[in-house]
Amino acid sequence: MSVKKTLFDPLFNNNPIALQILGICSALAVTTKLETALVMSVAVILVTAFSSFFVSIIRNHIPSSIRIIAQMVVIASMVILTDQVLKAFVFDVSKSMSVYVGLIITNCIVMGRAEGYAMKNGPVMSLLDGIGNGIGYSFILIVVAFFRELFGSGKLMGFTVFKTIGDGGWYQPNGMALLSPSAFFIIGFIIWAIRTVKTDQIEAE
Amino acid sequence: MSNDSTVKTLVVATALCVACSVLVSTAAVKLKPIQVKNKRLDVKKNLLLAAGLIESSKANEKEVNEAYTQVETKLIDLSTGKEVTDMDPATYDLEKADKDPELATEIPADEDIAKIKTRAKVRPVYLVKSGGQVSQIILPFHGKGLWSTMYGFLSLAPDTQTVKGIGFYQHGETPGLGGEIDNKKWQANWEGKKVLSENYKPTIDVIKGSVDSSTPGAESKIDGLSGATLTSNGVEASVNYWVSNEGYGKFLANFRAGGV
Repeated sequence: MSVKKTLFDPLFNNNPIALQILGICSALAVTTKLETALVMSVAVILVTAFSSFFVSIIRNHIPSSIRIIAQMVVIASMVILTDQVLKAFVFDVSKSMSVYVGLIITNCIVMGRAEGYAMKNGPVMSLLDGIGNGIGYSFILIVVAFFRELFGSGKLMGFTVFKTIGDGGWYQPNGMALLSPSAFFIIGFIIWAIRTVKTDQIEAE
Repeated sequence: MSNDSTVKTLVVATALCVACSVLVSTAAVKLKPIQVKNKRLDVKKNLLLAAGLIESSKANEKEVNEAYTQVETKLIDLSTGKEVTDMDPATYDLEKADKDPELATEIPADEDIAKIKTRAKVRPVYLVKSGGQVSQIILPFHGKGLWSTMYGFLSLAPDTQTVKGIGFYQHGETPGLGGEIDNKKWQANWEGKKVLSENYKPTIDVIKGSVDSSTPGAESKIDGLSGATLTSNGVEASVNYWVSNEGYGKFLANFRAGGV
């Protein structure tokens, strides 16, 4: 596969959330604000990229009987590292993400790429594949967070866009946008939009 | 050597674990000082937010330290409610003292409504002064929620009954449900409520649904958080424990008597 295809296929053609329906749980949890979604995106891109990279480096030495656990060790280390860095440099954001940074360990996308791609391909391509899938995940996360923050609290990145009634404006915030189910609706709409354009993604009846 | 031989498996597993643990522990040790500093600042910031001395949680380090100059810390022996003068509040580590068998006292099971098992004998209070008068008494409190121990601050007016503000600086409750204890709107519910009755008994009651202000006792009832009954109960029990005579009650009585 070409570099370009590895990097950009996961954006629309093979999006981890929209097509593979992986990593939904964290997509619900961290998308009430655009800021947390952005930090989560960066964290997931880094973790996916580097865990794929390191797994790929040692792939020829991992005994198949313990391969899943070996991947988990690498992934978990990357996640703890990310968590520590966030706590040190963006404390407020890491606090608002609470347990979800740690839960990147259980994000199926990371493990899926390590097992499905990095175990069979070279380190550089695995790194790119990790970045690509991270970006695919981030794309959905950011779109969802954009709508949820805008409609839920009338803000973007903490800045007021629609002045809410509570602050003396005109906008009645949509409380449901702040609750998890709204993320399902938005993800549903995104999948609908992608499949309308790319009809080959529609499963046969 | 075959990849699947027992020896290779053991070697790979060991090497991988050692490499990863070195990486993780190096990062943890190197970043610790910055994290501790962030955490301290965050505790101060939440204290100030609970007291309403700063408006925004986005306040920077300088603003926080500046506002903090209005706050005076005193160490109180909870069994007598009197100030302890032979310890330095600046270096007193409350979280450590709460668990240290030397410095903490065990709470009898039937009185342990906040479910914390032990508490430090000596704990700080924070007095906010304006114009030489104490305008707020801030009590650090904690108690068990659904998943975690919740740490927070309760700010009381000088009558020791009326809440001026509440805030939490550390907890692990479910974001969106129990985690809503961080919600400013919910915290605003507390303002003006009575934590102590006329004869100074703990009265706070976090109810299900929202409070009808015409019902009797509404002045000490708080709206429950929907979907977070156990967290709500935990907050109720923690506040009631810490304002009772088991907690800061004796200090508050001394304060009312003017003996602080």
